[in-house]
Amino acid sequence: MTVGSLLIWALVIGLALYVTRAHPEAHGVRSARWLIIGGGVVFPTTVLTALLIYGLMLIPELRATGDIDRRIEVAGEQWWWRVRYPQENGEAVELANEIRLPLGERILFRLSSPDVIHSFWIPSLAGKVDMIPGRITELVVEPTRTGTFRGACAEYCGASHALMNFQVVVMEPDAYRDWLAHQATLARAPTAEQARRGQQAFLANGCGACHTVRGTPADGRLGPDLTHVGSRLGLGADALPNDREALIRWIGHTGEVKPDVRMPAFGMLPVDELAALAAYLSELE
Amino acid sequence: MTDSATEPFDPDDRERQKAQEQRLRKPWEVPRGWRYWSAVNNSDVGLWYTTVAFVFFLFAGVLALLMRTQLAVPENDFLSADTYNQAFTLHGSVMMFLFGVPIFEAFSILILPQLLGARDLPFPRLSAYGFWCFVIGGIFVCGSIFFGAAPQGGWFMYPPLTTSYSEGIGPDVWLLGLSFIEIASLAAAVELIVGVLKTRPPGMRINLIPLYAWYILVVAVMILFAFPPLIAGDLLFEMERAFDWPFFDHTRGGDPLLWQHLFWIFGHPEVYIIFLPAIALVAMIVPTAAQRPIVGYGWIVLAAVGTGFISFGLWVHHMFTTGMPGISLAFFSAASEAVAIPTGVQIFCFLATALAGRFVKSVPTLFVSGALAIFVLGGLTGVMVAVAPFDFQAHDTYFVVAHLHYVLIGGMLFPVAAGIYYFYPLTNGKQMSERSGKWAFWLMFVGFNVAFLPMHFTGLLGMPRRVYTYPAGMGLDLLNLVSTVGAFVFAAGVLILLFEVVRPKKNEPYSPRNPWSAGTLEWLAKMPDESWGVRSIPLIKSRYPLWDQPNLMADVDAGRFYLPDAEEGQRETLITSTIDGRPMQCLRVPGPTFQTLWAAIFTGGAFIFPVYHLYLPALVCAVLAGFAILGWLWTGTAMIPEKPQKDVGLGLTLPLYASGPKSVGWWAMFITMIGDMSAFASLVFGYFFFWTVHDDFLPGPAAGPGLLWPAIAAGLGLGAWALTLLARHCNRRDQVLGFYLSLALAALLTVACSVALFAGPHLSGLDPTTHVYPATVWVLVLWTLLHLGAALIMLLYCVARRAAGRMTAEYDIDMQNVGLYWHFMAITLVVTVAVIGGFPRVA
Repeated sequence: MTVGSLLIWALVIGLALYVTRAHPEAHGVRSARWLIIGGGVVFPTTVLTALLIYGLMLIPELRATGDIDRRIEVAGEQWWWRVRYPQENGEAVELANEIRLPLGERILFRLSSPDVIHSFWIPSLAGKVDMIPGRITELVVEPTRTGTFRGACAEYCGASHALMNFQVVVMEPDAYRDWLAHQATLARAPTAEQARRGQQAFLANGCGACHTVRGTPADGRLGPDLTHVGSRLGLGADALPNDREALIRWIGHTGEVKPDVRMPAFGMLPVDELAALAAYLSELE
Repeated sequence: MTDSATEPFDPDDRERQKAQEQRLRKPWEVPRGWRYWSAVNNSDVGLWYTTVAFVFFLFAGVLALLMRTQLAVPENDFLSADTYNQAFTLHGSVMMFLFGVPIFEAFSILILPQLLGARDLPFPRLSAYGFWCFVIGGIFVCGSIFFGAAPQGGWFMYPPLTTSYSEGIGPDVWLLGLSFIEIASLAAAVELIVGVLKTRPPGMRINLIPLYAWYILVVAVMILFAFPPLIAGDLLFEMERAFDWPFFDHTRGGDPLLWQHLFWIFGHPEVYIIFLPAIALVAMIVPTAAQRPIVGYGWIVLAAVGTGFISFGLWVHHMFTTGMPGISLAFFSAASEAVAIPTGVQIFCFLATALAGRFVKSVPTLFVSGALAIFVLGGLTGVMVAVAPFDFQAHDTYFVVAHLHYVLIGGMLFPVAAGIYYFYPLTNGKQMSERSGKWAFWLMFVGFNVAFLPMHFTGLLGMPRRVYTYPAGMGLDLLNLVSTVGAFVFAAGVLILLFEVVRPKKNEPYSPRNPWSAGTLEWLAKMPDESWGVRSIPLIKSRYPLWDQPNLMADVDAGRFYLPDAEEGQRETLITSTIDGRPMQCLRVPGPTFQTLWAAIFTGGAFIFPVYHLYLPALVCAVLAGFAILGWLWTGTAMIPEKPQKDVGLGLTLPLYASGPKSVGWWAMFITMIGDMSAFASLVFGYFFFWTVHDDFLPGPAAGPGLLWPAIAAGLGLGAWALTLLARHCNRRDQVLGFYLSLALAALLTVACSVALFAGPHLSGLDPTTHVYPATVWVLVLWTLLHLGAALIMLLYCVARRAAGRMTAEYDIDMQNVGLYWHFMAITLVVTVAVIGGFPRVA
């Protein structure tokens, strides 16, 4: 399509230069009329018809929702992603801000939004589909190579639209199964002393009102599930890398990192408490 | 100042001419001092309009530079997310609403009468009113960013981000400020349609119209059908924001996609509304450059009309990623590709003309060539995104940013620059420098491509639109930096161009007349021009009269054609028949007034106060605006002339007054009501959209306004309609008693009809905030009630006109136009009743 476009562009511009510069003298009106009919009507009609047929033939393949190996539910929320992996036993593992896929399976994404319109887009794997409040939209993806890819929200959704991203990891099916099984487990108890203090701070400061850490009293549903947050590749919908320093910065200065984010900043906490929280969360692998 | 060829030899004749010129100059004088701003003549209003549109263009351009500065490097903090989001929202909105569309209307107001050899447009005060609305609304919308209160929902304002998830007044500024400007746009569209159809010179049959006028006609008609859906959408939107009527709230049955449909039914034709007039400029410049008539006149006209039509069938390609069924994708994909065909035809007609003629290069043709190079590329990427699977990737990325700027800057800004160079001598008799023109062109051309070509790649690499920042190390850094550098080079070119426009040229010689040796009537203008426009209105026999009609300029200057004089000291122009350009009337057009400015100020108040929830001041302003408009109509329209007809020259005597389908006022009413109908149709579309998409839209047969009250309302309203027609009939027959009686009764029935219509949903306890169904019923009722209110005022106006002796059996423009309004009123009422009362029963 690109080559074709460039060719047509070169032809038209060449023609324009020919008639205005190379040979500006008058030519016959007859040839001019043929130019209109040929260049303006016959040629584009032919090319466009072919292109249309080709484009339409692609669509059914892209959208066929039968023959699906796996479903994943993703909700876009201001400004993060809630990801649910339904299990065979009818329950679902709820994670956030990162998606892992098994190589070679056809996966159906069921997309929704509880707040504003978002658009789910993994450029390297598929086209985008909007997430519209009050509707469920669908997208079929069939990854053909392993690797880590970037995903983003493509529909403007408010102040931090630019910071609503995620990473997609395509894994070998076995590795994927192990990973998902691990993600389904409860959170591991903190081991290090600092992490234990971190857990207390987590519960004492009410973090559990919005976040779930499975296996602890924290069972909030407003924000991302943090049961295995330490194992993720990024923080705050990929706004920051996932390390202790970034965790401290995030918890202390949410609004600076991500304008208008709904999580309040906990900058008033003592420095060592923030460090303890970071230690606790990064241990949640 | 005058060519020797135009000087007659007979000294008596010369004296007579001098006297004629003096008499003609008097009524067309431009007011001086502060009264200058009361001018309504097209050459003054058009010039202000154009200038102000360019000021808004500069403002939006500066916003673009701020955004490019922010994006120059990754993770930049030059602008905050808030400011950036306001900046891109305003950049898009201002470029589209305050520059793209208005610049065409402004330019057309300036140039159209010249092109048609007319003295003025048929409704000069309407142009002035539109201009003042535009200024007030534009300053309000642009100014908001200095208070951090600008809208930040994008120029497309998708709910629910802009309804439930926006704090502050930003969305209201957008909705009300721009609705106000859309009304100004509609006013200009009505003016221009009637201008093209009725103020052509004698002999200019419909197949001799200059191409520019054809394009104006097409575009103005498009505005008439494209803007009202947005106005209807704005109404729904503002009802939701201000009064919590849940049109777009899915928890109460609403649907955010309805807004997307209404917005893009407007938004896609909008692109062609911006693009076609610029092509119209090219259609004037190319034949002049080739020094021969256009090749394929008929092809171009058909292609322009075809583009206009098809452009209404493409809107869904902005919604390809909303997960719609494959059949919709196929249909709209096909339509989106099909629109490339008429566009291609137009381009090839220009190429064919250049081929058939001897092409003379100049700054305007340089800009036209640049436009071609840029636009064709934009058109080709347009075909690419019309292919749905490609669009799934490219949609809402920088690829589309590149595409749309290639289309709009190549298809609009470059032709406008060409048009500025080409038509500049008509504004002040001077020419622009060729040297600076070349500098401006090359800076703009190179800068543009450096800025926007890389965006195709940033988009395909995965950079979404409307992001205020992006992470480093994704391969986007260099491309973005290059784009920013290009943007500043481009801006430098634009600055040179604009500087050359405003640079004082006092000491430079006047341009020769018709400097480009063009063939169309606007080049009859003297350098500098007189404010009467054309010395006498010529008889036209060709598409390029200056080339084909020998001695035309001298004959026009010597006053040997129509209306060479102004014996009664009035502003006059000729009205001709729509198809064959037969002279029909000598129209007196009104002169300077401040009434239109006041009307605009109060209308502005009625739109702007609700932004701050100040409903009482808004109501007061609305009433004052109503009085201002009534005052303006009372003193400036449908004036009874001192004699029934006059000699307009060449042995032709024409009436000074015409009513009914022969009058321009009737046409204006008809065209306005077509626009009004398309807004109403959009509201009805909303009702059926909800019904088709949501199974639970209708609450069952029991609830709803019932059939009884709506049916009574319909009966009473149709009675009022019949009585209005009877009143028109009595007036014609001079049956005074019958006239007053039927009008009074019609007014009473109108009031009764309004009460009955209100009673339906009111008595059945429909609460518009509970669910989208009652809200939709109420909005249809509200719309009809507003129209009934206007109808009542019109009936009373007719009574007053007749009582004051300003309307008689013969001079009955007012009654004729009100009768016409009532036809549309009846349709609105019957459809409303059928939908709210009848449909739930059928469904």
